[in-house]
Amino acid sequence: MQILEIKDLVKVYNDSEVEVKAVDRVNLSFEEGEFAAIVGPSGSGKTTLLNMIGGLDSFTSGDILVEGTSIGSLSSAKLINFRLRNIGFVFQAYNLIPVMTAKENVEFIMQLQGIKRNQRHERAMELLNAVGLADRANSRPSKLSGGQQQRVAVARALASVPRFILADEPTANLDSKSATNLLDIMEKLNRENNVTFIFSTHDQRVVDKARRVITIEDGHIVSDEKKQT
Amino acid sequence: MIFAVAWRNIWRNKTRSMVIITSVSLGIFAGVYVIAFMYGWVDQRVKTVISTEVSHIQIHDPQYLETNEAVDFITGINDMRQEIIDYPGVIAVSSRVIVNCMISSAETGSGVQLTGVDPDNEMLVTDIYEKIIDGEYFENVSSNPIVIGAKLAEKLNVGVRSRVVINLAELDGTLTGGAFRVAGIYQTTNTAYDETHAFVRESDLRKLLNLNENSGHQIAILLGEPGIENRLAGELAEKWPELSVMTWTEILPEMQLLTENMNVMMYVFVGIILLALGFGIVNTMLMVILERVKELGMLMAVGMNRGRVFSMVILESVFLSLTGGITGIALALIMTAITSRTGIDLGLWAEGLHAMGYASVIYPQIDFNTVLTVTMLVIVTGVLSAIYPARKAIRLNPAEALRIDM
Repeated sequence: MQILEIKDLVKVYNDSEVEVKAVDRVNLSFEEGEFAAIVGPSGSGKTTLLNMIGGLDSFTSGDILVEGTSIGSLSSAKLINFRLRNIGFVFQAYNLIPVMTAKENVEFIMQLQGIKRNQRHERAMELLNAVGLADRANSRPSKLSGGQQQRVAVARALASVPRFILADEPTANLDSKSATNLLDIMEKLNRENNVTFIFSTHDQRVVDKARRVITIEDGHIVSDEKKQT
Repeated sequence: MIFAVAWRNIWRNKTRSMVIITSVSLGIFAGVYVIAFMYGWVDQRVKTVISTEVSHIQIHDPQYLETNEAVDFITGINDMRQEIIDYPGVIAVSSRVIVNCMISSAETGSGVQLTGVDPDNEMLVTDIYEKIIDGEYFENVSSNPIVIGAKLAEKLNVGVRSRVVINLAELDGTLTGGAFRVAGIYQTTNTAYDETHAFVRESDLRKLLNLNENSGHQIAILLGEPGIENRLAGELAEKWPELSVMTWTEILPEMQLLTENMNVMMYVFVGIILLALGFGIVNTMLMVILERVKELGMLMAVGMNRGRVFSMVILESVFLSLTGGITGIALALIMTAITSRTGIDLGLWAEGLHAMGYASVIYPQIDFNTVLTVTMLVIVTGVLSAIYPARKAIRLNPAEALRIDM
């Protein structure tokens, strides 16, 4: 089932009267349950593309459809609500709320969604269990390692039951062991729970795990390979 | 959870938060305590005015208020007193004979307002008897006793049992005089009053004036509960439309003005303090936003709408100011509770204060409404101070905010 469609997407920056095409006529579509990586060198446009898919950046022309809904047509307020209910985010720098425990960080998204307290508690513990951190539920981010924080971030991204999760360089700040551990967890969630992951990365470990690798250079898609599994 | 996050966020930078909380505490402590001090001061003056000088309500012949002439008296004054005492809320009623006259000692003389009272009744209405510093209140002098103020005694250079002579005009204008012996010397916190007011027995003054027994110039009424004077004055004015019935605020309008102005002044004072503190809070909240750009970007990226981000920043500011505000109010209340018992002695300035009619020992006091109003003002300050930083927060572009290296 197709959950995401990108049509003739163009993003032009007009800085200092110089026109820069960060993303140029990109056409892509993603099916539910994909484990895809967008790769490319720095400045190739992969983060810009990911931000536009996530509704964080506007685009110059083209369209992005999430299960048929054009996110370009949504107002700013509706877009925030759309993100809350449809898109999960994992950031390079984890970006957990430092004054909240791991469990509260996971629950926070659900509270924004208006989910009742008991349900929140239960689901937060389920998700922390899924990422192997049930025993650290009451620890604040400062008491967790980088790898553990990123696993909490994955649990948080899953909390809203999103259509797909966008992960921008999720392993960039992690050591090798933590990165491998995180990728294993994500892959397991993908295989067992059919969670769709779209990565922006230049980490070879992510590329190796991905079942689809999209290469972008100078804003153009130069290759889109699906691996046989 | 936004409440919990906002509260915990305050303590992320403990030193900075404690600095602003301490500033707010000290500012509010100063503001509330000065209010308590000023209220205590003014309230003492008002109480003195009521219990020593004018009572709650006075009744006169309207002409008397313009002329102050002894001929403008009320007839049937004793009957009126008997009727008024039965009105609900009335504690005591005193009828008085009043005349402006000269009082002389062997050395010098002075103009005074001489009030003839029934000592037993008068003791129920005014507290001059409690302010006797030498001698007794109409006791130990069997014939023509007089009670005078300390300042007048000093001026006339007389003491207890000294003889003074009163010179006045009878009702028909004939000049007359009488010898009185000082029974007691009183001292209030108003030296001007002490210098110009003397008291004799009603019956003695009537004799001098040739005024009949059921006539007098003033009825003074003391009430048991504050706030009913206007209603009662209206009822009495209806019953005796030919007479002038006035409340203490009508007799001394400057006292009401003082009370009202005090409220305005106090809120201006607190307002200035809060304004200064507000700028401190704005600065703190701007720093908070600057430090948390990335986190705010993340919150908006994952779906926290602008309204919630705005509320969170406002709440943080309100918690900051309210923590300081409540601490400051609590300190001020403790200080007020202590000093309302011990008093604050302004003895160094006693002479000047007494000359203006004010006590020199102040007993601060504060009411619940003032505390509530200050608390509300603190909250409003917290909200207003956070609006600009909160607007900056919600204007962040999540994608750009997430890219910033902190």
